[in-house]
Amino acid sequence: MTKDTVQRAGKFHVDAIQEKAATGKTRGTVGDIKAVDPVMRATGVDVFYGDKQAIRNISLEIGRNEVVAMIGPSGCGKSTFIRCFNRMNDTIENCRVQGDIWLDDEDIYDKDMDVVLLRARVGMVFQKPNPFPKSIYENVAYGPRIHGLAGNRTDLDAIVESSLAKAGLWEEVRDRLEQPGTGLSGGQQQRLCIARAIAVSPEVILMDEPCSALDPIATARIEDLIDELRKNYAIAIVTHSMQQAARVSQRTAYFHMGELVEVGATDQVFTNPRTKLTEDYITGRFG
Amino acid sequence: MTSLNEQLQKQQAVSGPAALVRKGLKRRYRAERRFRLFGMLAVALGLLFVVILFSSIASNGYTAFRQAYVRLDINLDQAKLDPDNTRDPEVLGKASYRSLVRDSLYAMFPEVTSRSDKRDLANVLSNGADYMVRRAVMEEPGLVGTRQSFWVPVDDEVDMLIKGYIDRNVAESERRVSDKVIGWVDQLQRDGHLESRFNTLFFTNGDSRDAELAGVRGALMGSMYTLIVTLLLSFPVGVATAVYLEEIAPRNRITDFIEVNINNLAAVPSIVFGLLGLAVFINFFGMPRSAPVVGGLVLTLMTLPTIIIASRAALKAVPPSIRQAALAVGASPIQTITHHVVPLALPGMLTGTIIGMAQALGETAPLLMIGMIAFIVDVPQGVTDPSTVLPVQIFLWADAPERAFVEKTSGAILVLLGFLTLMNLVAVVLRKRLETRW
Repeated sequence: MTKDTVQRAGKFHVDAIQEKAATGKTRGTVGDIKAVDPVMRATGVDVFYGDKQAIRNISLEIGRNEVVAMIGPSGCGKSTFIRCFNRMNDTIENCRVQGDIWLDDEDIYDKDMDVVLLRARVGMVFQKPNPFPKSIYENVAYGPRIHGLAGNRTDLDAIVESSLAKAGLWEEVRDRLEQPGTGLSGGQQQRLCIARAIAVSPEVILMDEPCSALDPIATARIEDLIDELRKNYAIAIVTHSMQQAARVSQRTAYFHMGELVEVGATDQVFTNPRTKLTEDYITGRFG
Repeated sequence: MTSLNEQLQKQQAVSGPAALVRKGLKRRYRAERRFRLFGMLAVALGLLFVVILFSSIASNGYTAFRQAYVRLDINLDQAKLDPDNTRDPEVLGKASYRSLVRDSLYAMFPEVTSRSDKRDLANVLSNGADYMVRRAVMEEPGLVGTRQSFWVPVDDEVDMLIKGYIDRNVAESERRVSDKVIGWVDQLQRDGHLESRFNTLFFTNGDSRDAELAGVRGALMGSMYTLIVTLLLSFPVGVATAVYLEEIAPRNRITDFIEVNINNLAAVPSIVFGLLGLAVFINFFGMPRSAPVVGGLVLTLMTLPTIIIASRAALKAVPPSIRQAALAVGASPIQTITHHVVPLALPGMLTGTIIGMAQALGETAPLLMIGMIAFIVDVPQGVTDPSTVLPVQIFLWADAPERAFVEKTSGAILVLLGFLTLMNLVAVVLRKRLETRW
């Protein structure tokens, strides 16, 4: 296949979607959006940045003890979508979210929903490791402390230790808890951020391209960790790496131009995609 | 083969891209050297000016820190000071110390007998001599009835003579000090009764009409009280404003309008703030004139924009990822600000504050408007006492006709610069302590 036809193939689909967007119709999602044991359910979510619509009518469930991978080309809205689950989009000016997202049976966009409480229940790990410029201990202890999860210092120590242990970092840092978290390597920093997120015992962990700034060895460690964390948490992960999605997730959602094109069991999506768009993307024709 | 290669290389050397690059190299390096030279010249020029400034001030001013003193053996005569032996402070305070001081001086020059000569001789001593003796006696009434030796300052004209600022070779009629006085001073010097000592009065006294008694203490304390008021008001208000505008306020026309006006405020001439202070604080609110509290308020208005602008820049420089990290673990917006953003921005905020404070320390014009230019002898004891500040004191002394005030002026400038250096030092240390290493 020549380069020209690749471009045309991609272009065709993009045109098709733009046309649909212009007419206000969306193609709808192929596959089953339902999770076996859902924790969070997004129904008909639209996100606007000013006048520009970034996400169109997406519904997706995140289930307990599973990893949902969100893949798609740059600018397809997967990061925007994942940030809806803990309302991080609130911090962006001009950003408007429509539709409903449920955490168990509470609408997180309801007026009565407390964002602080929501974020304690739905943790997040970012693309670039962003530890606080404080000690390793303080990084992990910060969440429990502001939420009052530990009654005394002993409790707090226990939370810090177990969180670091769950993040697979305890053995490496147990002797230098007082040193700054920013002095760790990139992979260690990201695991520290994961420890910080799980220290407040969330139910869901959102990961926005957690390995994109890491080398392959650090990435492998994080992936092992994600698999481990699945036993206790519901995890949604945005990734640019299809191999990563295939390795860590049970279900995969493919986003394109602000739409959720296809969702299904990871094996099925990667081996037997049901839409042309998904197939083109995972076979590397565009992206 | 070799020759072919060489030929190829030669050709490349003449016309290939490498040759083009090489041709341009010389010019590029020349430009670089030129730029570096300009930079060094600029730095050298700046340093030169600083050196000239400091050396001229220091060479004029260092003599202000020394003062000639005369040793007097004074008989603290009970009959004159406390005839009824009451040791009552009131009695001791009212006694005439002037005659005691003069008598002891006359005793050193028995040949001086005429009335006018005696008056001239007495004028060798500072007017403050009697007060110094009086204070010593008041503090220690047990001294009455004993013979004590005191070091008292000489008159400013005599001090100038001793420091060499008065030319002895000029005709007597054109000289401030007569030959007679020069003779006495020389004799005192010969006998070891005259000594140049560290001028503590310069640091312990307020302003005075007598140059030898004039000190910077009043102005220094005035500056300090004014700056304390300024700091206490402008730092919290400035930081709170910056935090609100940068972190909390929605971006809209109103905040834009406020921002523009803060920037405008930074460019308002300082004397306008003085007029405002006069109209609002003194005339409307009836606050005391010449008081550090009003000075501090006026300078707060002046330094606020500086602090706000610097603090906002410091807040902007805090990486957004830190805010996101805090929010994502469930910190409320205020917790995010107080636990993470402000601590990280604090060093930058402090820098802005110190720049503002340094400006405030050197500010004269607005303080003239609120009456801090008055001649005030007493050292202020609080923020509502009338006082002046260092730059205004410098201005006042620079205006004074006596020769001795020239060195006082430079001396006061040195004190001001010292104060400024101290402030900056504190700021640097604070910054270093608070700065987060990433």
